[in-house]
Amino acid sequence: MAVDDTTRTDRTTERVLGSPALRREGRAKVTGTARYAAEHTPPDCAYGWPVAAAVPHGSVTGVDAADAMALPGALAVLTHENAPRLGEPDDPTLHLLQTPRVPHRGWYVALAVGETLQTAREMAQAVRVSYDEEPHDVRLTDDHPGLYHPEQANGGYPGDRETGDFDAEYAAAPHRLDLTYTLSPLHNHPMEPHAATAVWEGGHLIAYDSSQGATPVSETLATMFGLDPKQITVVAEHVGGGFGSKGTPRPPVVLAAMGAKHTSRPVKVMLPRRELPSVVGHRAPTIQRLRIGARDDGTLAALGHEVTTHTSTVKEFVEQAAVPSRVMYGADGIRTGHRVVALDVPTPSWMRAPGDASGMYALECAMDEVATALDLDPIELRLRNIPEREPDSGKPFSSHHLADCLREGARRFGWERRDPRPGTRRDGDLLLGTGVAASTYPVLVAPSTASVQALRADGSGPAYHVRVNATDIGTGARTVLAQIAADQLGVPLDAVRIDVGSSDLPTAPLAGGSSGTASWGWAVHKACRELRESGGSIVTVDTTTDVQAQEEYARHAFGAVFAEVSADAFTGEVRVRRLLGVFAAGRILNARTARSQFIGGMTMGLGMALTEHSSLDTRLGGFVEKDLAGYHVPTHADVPDIDAHWIEEHDPHLNPVGGKGIGEIGIVGTPAAIANAVHHATGRRHRQLPLTPDLVVPR
Amino acid sequence: MIPQRTATSSTLTLHVNDTAHTVTVDHRATLLDVLREQLDLTGSKKGCDHGQCGACTVLLEGRRANSCLLLAVAHDGAHLTTVEGLGDEERPHPLQQAFHERDAFQCGYCTPGQIVSGVGMLCEAAEGHPSHATRREELQRATGAPAELDRDEIRERMSGNLCRCGAYPHIVEAIEDVREHVGGGTDHASRRTEEVTA
Repeated sequence: MAVDDTTRTDRTTERVLGSPALRREGRAKVTGTARYAAEHTPPDCAYGWPVAAAVPHGSVTGVDAADAMALPGALAVLTHENAPRLGEPDDPTLHLLQTPRVPHRGWYVALAVGETLQTAREMAQAVRVSYDEEPHDVRLTDDHPGLYHPEQANGGYPGDRETGDFDAEYAAAPHRLDLTYTLSPLHNHPMEPHAATAVWEGGHLIAYDSSQGATPVSETLATMFGLDPKQITVVAEHVGGGFGSKGTPRPPVVLAAMGAKHTSRPVKVMLPRRELPSVVGHRAPTIQRLRIGARDDGTLAALGHEVTTHTSTVKEFVEQAAVPSRVMYGADGIRTGHRVVALDVPTPSWMRAPGDASGMYALECAMDEVATALDLDPIELRLRNIPEREPDSGKPFSSHHLADCLREGARRFGWERRDPRPGTRRDGDLLLGTGVAASTYPVLVAPSTASVQALRADGSGPAYHVRVNATDIGTGARTVLAQIAADQLGVPLDAVRIDVGSSDLPTAPLAGGSSGTASWGWAVHKACRELRESGGSIVTVDTTTDVQAQEEYARHAFGAVFAEVSADAFTGEVRVRRLLGVFAAGRILNARTARSQFIGGMTMGLGMALTEHSSLDTRLGGFVEKDLAGYHVPTHADVPDIDAHWIEEHDPHLNPVGGKGIGEIGIVGTPAAIANAVHHATGRRHRQLPLTPDLVVPR
Repeated sequence: MIPQRTATSSTLTLHVNDTAHTVTVDHRATLLDVLREQLDLTGSKKGCDHGQCGACTVLLEGRRANSCLLLAVAHDGAHLTTVEGLGDEERPHPLQQAFHERDAFQCGYCTPGQIVSGVGMLCEAAEGHPSHATRREELQRATGAPAELDRDEIRERMSGNLCRCGAYPHIVEAIEDVREHVGGGTDHASRRTEEVTA
């Protein structure tokens, strides 16, 4: 079997897996027929519009809905006094309209439901809420008295770790750098605002939800509404991006289901763009202290990475920004830790490459500063510090090709021609510079189920039907899973029909942590292999035991990002001229969609470096930069041609599909590469982002 | 006692993709909401509802417009082209096809707005309208002569349409494909738009 299997795979690989297949839903998306969550309008559909708390902290003392209910077409105003009682979810940010408590500005205190969108909106404006306001605190400082060391950071990582004797190694090191980097909160802002349409049909709840995973949504709704998951269907067929902010359920699906239950009508809720920052999560701000002790040859004796961040009073979420320093470089003493304070702020959550995007900005800028201090080439510095084993765990790496990425990137970028001296190149009024940074992202995988059925092979349609509740949030999951199935079944791509995006399909984990393709693909691969081997007509599989049986390896994708920037000597405006990424992320399953993910991640990293900034209003509470006019995501004019490449990486210790996950690594090294290039251009370090003109302008 | 509200809606006709729709619209309703909620033309997307993202872009009398900023009641008799009017799954518009082949999108939510904006932009360039990125010597051309579209011009002219998935480089390539393989620059896209808005 093994020999036959290899032959088959090799033969079909060229044809299907790895090929740049077009997106299956592509025609529907470019012609506008792909329907997203708010684009299902059942007969008799009503509209919900939420009411956000207008105080930064306190409690609701009364809701006067008389004016709202007097509007023609008003159906209901739900508040903590009359909304359906809900079971307690794992995520307390979903326990909406259950108590009068207001933990932060923007927390939802009511839901207006009307016959039309216009009526619901006017109703929401007419609802009069009175509050008992309490003092608030939204200011993160590195000496805040409320700071504590959490047991765990996001992802289940231990909060604090130490290997070797950091203090002794740092004290004895001939070169010591003690650097602090600061990042503002950041917002996901997927183009499709969070939205849901809910319909109760008898005792069955149908929800069209903009979510990264319909299975977790149905499980959460089951807990909250006291239903069996079989009584719930959650559909997430097309999702307009999420970047972590739709990873688990968010308020719209809960509000829509409550509103529909209360009014006995289908209810559609789409969040206003300005309210997203308050209720869907954000990347938490971080203050990161890097202490690096280096020897004369550039090898590290000590690496300290200590992160200070905030969470809300609703739940603890700790941005795991120190975690990449447990992976990247060997040092005799490594100390990594997190401190967090619960403030009266919206609850932070996942944003693309949580932990790594923030942490690698600080670590990779610090490495650049070490290179400058020691007069070493920044690539050579990194090459000298690549560890044999994962420093924190001591585990062997399943594969590690950072060095190849750095060298291949250097070759493509023309790095050898670089003059290392900062602040010496000009093009008229523009100062020019280049920079490099490494990327990393862990390989994550979760158990999944999937089924495959052999259809009648009369040539009239697809020969196989694959079913799995994967979610295509724009990654091309539908397409790549069909490629995996076709490859295993030894058939052309169009012989495979695939259904994803509904909780009625075999259960599967969410699209997050760059784990979707590995998790769903493993199940699809297994189902198709078993069907082929058994010659049966239908197979359903579960990969739980396979995932649990994985060997003990440190599994990470790596990459290198190179940037060339110009900085205007008079205005301080920074523009990226070139951006190149080279990645080692296991087997690349679809060259076309993979490239889109890499350049997409790098574009978001460009935004983090140059344009994206948010702040909390210390007087009023809540975020200041609420919408796309205040929070600047990159536009066409900000983004140059971006080059993304990958090296052939064969890692025998991954899932059977062989991919490491590519959704997040693109963002990780980009901010530091750009920041390092700005230093090379101007000769000045800023140690904060974004590098807006007011910061960069010469003083 | 709230006084009786009168005249909160009007009946009017919108010509959308060559089809006349006579609808009664709430005076508070935007063109975008009427398209999406009343006419079930959900190709035009709501990304921000405030004219900040371009996902709702339609052609109004052949010109690009953010339909979320326009009140429907003020557009009796107007001619609109939405993404559904450019082509369909059987017969996509060349730019729709180019977006698909170049993988010029991921989640697809900004895509209809990008495509409609791209078609409108090509027409504007064909008519000789300059942009912020137009070079000084280009501005000396005879009035009405088509504008040369290099990548900086395309980026500048498309910057009203945000894409959070970061498909910008592929969008530029898709637009270049249409510009290049349709002889005479934008003629084809321009003609096509006239057809569907006529």
